[in-house]
Amino acid sequence: MKRSGPTRQRLTAVALAALPLLTFPLLGLPQGEWLSFPAGLVYLFGVWGGAIALAAWIAERPGR
Amino acid sequence: MLSGGFVALVTVAYFGLLFGVARWGDARADAGRSIINANVYALSLAVYCTSWTFFGSVGRATSGGLSFLTIYLGPTLMLLCVGVVIKMIRIAKAQRITSIADFIAARYGKSPLLAGLVTVIAVIGVVPYIALQLKAVAASLDILFPDSGTAAGLLGVDSTLLVAAVLALFTILFGTRHLDATERHEGMVAAIAVESVVKLVAFCAVGLFVTYGIHNGFADVFARATAQPTLAGLFAPDAARAGNWAALILLSGLAILLLPRQFQIIVVENVDESHLKRAVWLFPLYLLLINIFVLPLAASGLTDPRLAGHNPDTFVLTLPLAHGAEALVLLAFVGGLSAATGMVIVETIALSTMVCNDLAMPALLRSTWLARRQNADLSGTLIAIRRVAIVLILLLGYIYFRAAGEAYALVGIGLISFAAVAQFAPALFGGMYWKQGTRAGALAGLLAGFVVWAYTLLLPSFARSGWIGNGFVEHGLFGIEWLRAQALFGLSGFDEISHCLWWSLFANLGAYVLVSLISTPDAVEAGQAERFVDVFRHGERAPDARLWRGDASLPEITGLLERFLGPARARQQLAAHARMRGLADWRSLPPDAGFVHFAETELAAAIGSASARALMAGVTREEDLRLEEVLDILDEASQVRAYSRELESKQRALEAATNELRAANERLREVDRMKDDFISTVTHELRTPLTSIRALSEMLYDDPRLELEQRTRFLGVIVSETERLTRLINQVLDMAKLESGRAEWTTGEVDVGQVVNEAMVALEPLFREKKVSLTHAIAADLPSVLADRDRLTQVVVNLLSNAVKFVSGGSGQVRVSVVRDDAVLRVAVADNGPGLTAEECTQVFEKFRQGGNTMTDKPQGTGLGLPISRQIVEYFGGKLWVESAPGAGATFVFTVPLPAPDA
Repeated sequence: MKRSGPTRQRLTAVALAALPLLTFPLLGLPQGEWLSFPAGLVYLFGVWGGAIALAAWIAERPGR
Repeated sequence: MLSGGFVALVTVAYFGLLFGVARWGDARADAGRSIINANVYALSLAVYCTSWTFFGSVGRATSGGLSFLTIYLGPTLMLLCVGVVIKMIRIAKAQRITSIADFIAARYGKSPLLAGLVTVIAVIGVVPYIALQLKAVAASLDILFPDSGTAAGLLGVDSTLLVAAVLALFTILFGTRHLDATERHEGMVAAIAVESVVKLVAFCAVGLFVTYGIHNGFADVFARATAQPTLAGLFAPDAARAGNWAALILLSGLAILLLPRQFQIIVVENVDESHLKRAVWLFPLYLLLINIFVLPLAASGLTDPRLAGHNPDTFVLTLPLAHGAEALVLLAFVGGLSAATGMVIVETIALSTMVCNDLAMPALLRSTWLARRQNADLSGTLIAIRRVAIVLILLLGYIYFRAAGEAYALVGIGLISFAAVAQFAPALFGGMYWKQGTRAGALAGLLAGFVVWAYTLLLPSFARSGWIGNGFVEHGLFGIEWLRAQALFGLSGFDEISHCLWWSLFANLGAYVLVSLISTPDAVEAGQAERFVDVFRHGERAPDARLWRGDASLPEITGLLERFLGPARARQQLAAHARMRGLADWRSLPPDAGFVHFAETELAAAIGSASARALMAGVTREEDLRLEEVLDILDEASQVRAYSRELESKQRALEAATNELRAANERLREVDRMKDDFISTVTHELRTPLTSIRALSEMLYDDPRLELEQRTRFLGVIVSETERLTRLINQVLDMAKLESGRAEWTTGEVDVGQVVNEAMVALEPLFREKKVSLTHAIAADLPSVLADRDRLTQVVVNLLSNAVKFVSGGSGQVRVSVVRDDAVLRVAVADNGPGLTAEECTQVFEKFRQGGNTMTDKPQGTGLGLPISRQIVEYFGGKLWVESAPGAGATFVFTVPLPAPDA
């Protein structure tokens, strides 16, 4: 039986970590302005982009 | 102002380009050189971004703020769960599944009823979504040509109907051009990927123009918007809507896999599982990029006085139009068109496959029409049915648009469809991971979920358009307050989508689990459950032949294949199957269980698993297996697998043991050989002095008149040879004791400096006699070590006597040094003798290996001194080695570890 490889598990872990970060109540934390942008907007795009970058790094690493 | 003729020209040219890409892709696929690589696959997934994304997100952002992003966060998270997607792909490939209806039906015993139900839900559920595309294209035409008006259109035909007709034609050309119904649509996938690029470029171009052309960048746009108190709240996540936020993430996460077109692209059109590794981040990146400018566009549209009163869903067009950027308007129009056509093409192809295989085929199989056309080729009929289905689905979309479209914003319509396809989730995911899920459970769950969805979402959307009365929404069905359609059982505080999702999934999941637990699967179902849930374990192996029993005839089955696949394709597949079984001619294939399975799978790829099974049942006289038999066979199969795994691990253990034994044997042989060598060397070494002693003694014995001088010389030699013999025997004994670990040691505190001094004093006469200078450098305050004093002395004496032996008399120099080096004492004996080669540096520590050339020189020692010294030093935990190069003298070094400092 094939077990799911480490890459699959790591990607799933990224999803599991991103889920609470992208939903309430944590989503309610950024308030006001960051870098003269609305904080919520910066936070959402930041976490989202970070998750994508992490996934890209995990998925595209050579040798797997 | 753009002229109608020019826009039409651009549109036709663009469609021509897409068509060219599709033809090219198909041609390459036919030639066996697929153009579908990981990037094309990832981009084709962006068929998810429809008019809803292109026009609707901005509209949604003007009222719902950041919540438009949930529709893209859900898919990002869902795709990261690669294991689920890969399992779906693996199952679909193993079972030759062509649609989501087929997937669910195949899992629950290839049930035609279930396939039909899923198809009906999908068609009804997705029709609003298709209407959304029509509405968006119609609305953008209205913006471009405000004077003509929607109703007028071309030649008196409603322009939306015209759009629908063009899209239908285009879809037919794209998706059902091939007579061969089983092939993937690689050309279509390539065209969709191109469209994805076009819509992203178009949207970002408008975004850049508005953000940097009209305003001075992001900060400026947001500063203007937040200055208006009514707009400031749009940019902060609204905690009061936390429930809706989570519901939309769940909904969109499910939609990315369950929408018929997404299932088509992700699962059916997947060429290579490894492409997912790219898609898992490239597709979310696409989603992120296409959303960056949504809020700036929304904020900009809302604050622009020139757009007052305009529908926010059209800001993407009206913003550049109001600022006179006509080329950009055209680009945005083409982008919006891309978004709409891509969605419509893939969605209607997916739905038409389902309608053809799961609604039309079962009806056809029962009708007398098929029986009358006994031997006709039906592959053309299949294509015709699909084409009719495409037209009908688009017509339904048009009707929905007329009935309900005007009352909703784009996103509102799309979410109705999302909630519909979310009903597939329990049956589909349950079927992939839970063997106990049954057909009855899946039917009950789907029906319950669908009814709740229709009552809480679809019918209210009709009511809102005034198509039916809205009493059930306002006051509840039959005036019962609890049955108010959008506040069922008093549940309020949600928006209508979350409300529907909550109740429908509750009903769906509840019914699925409950009915599954109280019903029993039949034999086919149990077999399919096993193949779905354990797909990774079953792998590519053929299914258990014992799961089918009956009679079949080769001509009847090949006849079926030829009718439904077309003769050419059928023969090709038959030949491939025969080759796989090692037969030269497919006509000699035995009509056994394996062949029946092959034929059924081939048919399933063309007409769906449920219809294929019904057809095969018609031409084979299949014996019904009882459920117990099937379960026995499956249990047995899994037991056999367990046994074989056990056997495998035992075999591995055995191999390891064999290897160990072989190594041990090898070591023993080596030791044995060394022992033989040792004995032969020792006897040889003993014989040399013995021979000379015997020779001299015989001479003395034979000749009593030997001169005194001669006699004394002979006796001197005899004495010295006897001494050498004794020394040799002592050392051999010593060596044997050391090696067997029986040597006696008296360990105590030893001052190494003093030991070296004493050894030097003892050997001083030897040095003086040969005129070799002996110097020393012993560091002061050396700590004492734990060792056997006599043994240590033995080592130093051995090294010194070796040194004096090999340096030349007169010019020879030997230098002894003792230093503390970290946690050891380091004793070095350096000479300026002839030195050793690198090879000799290791050889001198072997037993009976003499320094110098043993062939020409008289041996000067026993060849045991250094091996014994090394044994001794190593016993104390130190090391003995030599550093040397030919001509540069040799330095023998040994270390003795210092006792660990007291804690």
